[in-house]
Amino acid sequence: MADQQHTDKGGNQTTDDRQDQPSVSQENLKGYWQANLSLLTKLLCVWFAVSFGCGILLADWLDQFSFFGFRLGFWFAQQGAIYMFVVLIFTYSWRMKIIERQFGVNDDEVTK
Amino acid sequence: MTTQMLTYLFVGASFVLYIGIAIWSRANSTKEFYVAGGGVHPVINGMATAADWMSAASFISMAGIISFMGRDGAVYLMGWTGGYVLLALLLAPYLRKFGRFTVPDFIGERYYSKAARIVAVVCLIFISFTYVAGQMRGVGIVFSRFLEVDVTTGVIIGMAVVFMYAVLGGMKGITYTQVAQYCVLIFAYMVPAVFISIMITDNPIPQLGFGSEVNDGSGLSVLEKLDTVLLDLGFTAYTQGSKSTIDLFAITAALMFGTAGLPHVLVRFFTVPKVSDARLSAGYALVFIAILYTTAPAVAAFARLNLVETVHNTSYEQRPEWFSNWEQTGLVGWQDKNADGIMQYSAGAQNEIKIDRDIMVLANPEIANLPGWVIALVAAGGVAAALSTAAGLLLVISSAISHDVLKQTLMPQITEKQELLYARIAAAVAVCIAGLFGIYPPAFVAQVVAFAFGLAAASLFPALLLGIFYKRMNKEGAIAGMLIGLIFTFTYIVYFKFVAPELNSGDNWLFGISPEGIGFVGMLLNIGSACAVSLITGPPPANVQDLVENIRIPAGVAREH
Repeated sequence: MADQQHTDKGGNQTTDDRQDQPSVSQENLKGYWQANLSLLTKLLCVWFAVSFGCGILLADWLDQFSFFGFRLGFWFAQQGAIYMFVVLIFTYSWRMKIIERQFGVNDDEVTK
Repeated sequence: MTTQMLTYLFVGASFVLYIGIAIWSRANSTKEFYVAGGGVHPVINGMATAADWMSAASFISMAGIISFMGRDGAVYLMGWTGGYVLLALLLAPYLRKFGRFTVPDFIGERYYSKAARIVAVVCLIFISFTYVAGQMRGVGIVFSRFLEVDVTTGVIIGMAVVFMYAVLGGMKGITYTQVAQYCVLIFAYMVPAVFISIMITDNPIPQLGFGSEVNDGSGLSVLEKLDTVLLDLGFTAYTQGSKSTIDLFAITAALMFGTAGLPHVLVRFFTVPKVSDARLSAGYALVFIAILYTTAPAVAAFARLNLVETVHNTSYEQRPEWFSNWEQTGLVGWQDKNADGIMQYSAGAQNEIKIDRDIMVLANPEIANLPGWVIALVAAGGVAAALSTAAGLLLVISSAISHDVLKQTLMPQITEKQELLYARIAAAVAVCIAGLFGIYPPAFVAQVVAFAFGLAAASLFPALLLGIFYKRMNKEGAIAGMLIGLIFTFTYIVYFKFVAPELNSGDNWLFGISPEGIGFVGMLLNIGSACAVSLITGPPPANVQDLVENIRIPAGVAREH
């Protein structure tokens, strides 16, 4: 696209492309995708650990600890896992914004 | 004013609001009809998603189910919220970047195949109709219990309201009515929950009251007391489960992956302006959902404790007022087996009390001695929960018909105007079919809820996931995977639920996994067979590989001008 401009390092995007690929180098695309996958993997491990781990597999063992009047395993299964899910999504959102700006693939300029 | 009149007033006022919004937000293009024009703010979309997601079952039945399942109820709490993590991390941003109208749209384009699109449409329609039948029934039940009109009239009124805003407004109308419905339903859920929490623990926050001491001077926490009381009556302790670990695991997984594969939830993320908004929006949606989902287990524990305390060993003459009020509906009942005039509640054959699980939420305001307007509010909340989910489901059914079957497959020559007309006709027909399901519920409705999640997990979720994260996945693999996952899960559920229900127990299940959880195994089979078939057939064409590259990058979203 003729009106495409390049990203400056500070992360201030000025690209104005529509359906087309933004003008980002192959290394940046690769780096961005690797960073995304590594973040995803870490967060999904936490997701698994708090729900299937603490809420189901380790729940009986965790029940020996008391937490705000709950047995800990029970609390994870009926309360804690849900709070952690919320935290995970916002963490992903926040970290991805940083990763995207770093590799110049963000969507900051797009407005409705 | 009587409670009855207040209920008419509240439900009536909420209908006026929904219809007003429908007229204000009429859809004028297919883009507005399918995805609300693609410019919905992430917080607004989060709220709409929460209302879309929380059905009559979440609002009316879930606390009651947990109340009687105790600890095992956690499978629903974690299963129906954990899916949002998968949505936000694995699907929503990429589907938003893809930026078309429907879920089969993505499958059809990504797997360059009309067959794949049609398989996806079949899965979608099956999942959505299963689900919508329950919603219309929910509307009918709320009407009959609170307004004393019969179920048929209730369903017809509900249909008329959904018709107004789903057919006129499409996704645009649905989005803004869902925001209003969320506000009504969450307020209606929280008010009685706060009061029952104060009544039992003096703590106004149900999530904290759940772990606090009971205010009867015993010094025991709610859960300790509940365990003691239930053990005395011969039940298993509330904080101990009875399902096997592998079954808990599989059910939770099937519900999570199924949630992430439900078309009416996925399509909501097509409506936000950009990719980062899709991620954020899933976060907001989960916050709004978590408010109800962390309150529900507290309500469940309070209600069970209160039930035992006020009903067990009480003479029938002195039964609490809510008990006599709800006796007429048949939701609670007493049979004096030992003819002593006293109500006994226990786990064994000598139990004299019949309790429907729905009572735990419906009777909550009366149990907590709240005024009539709170009861009216709960009625309006139940209707809001059912209507918002029904509308979302009807929309994905109608867009799959008008867009995927007609425009993209059978009659590609139609104009946008004609497509919009077909979308409205499809929505109207879908509303009527859903209404018929509500009036003449097939006997199997309750049995097949496992279908919706199991099938979504075993068919749509893997096709979407592999389509985004595995560039080498081709159409042969995806179609084989979807069919194998679908057929396996379908057969297993049908076998244990309908063909041989007498065998439906832990000893006969595959690996000890119940039909509710089998979607998880179906999903693994889907992924395994899709990868195997894909590797022995050729790679997808270059333009499809470019498409995958493109959807992985947030920048450059198509937008409205």
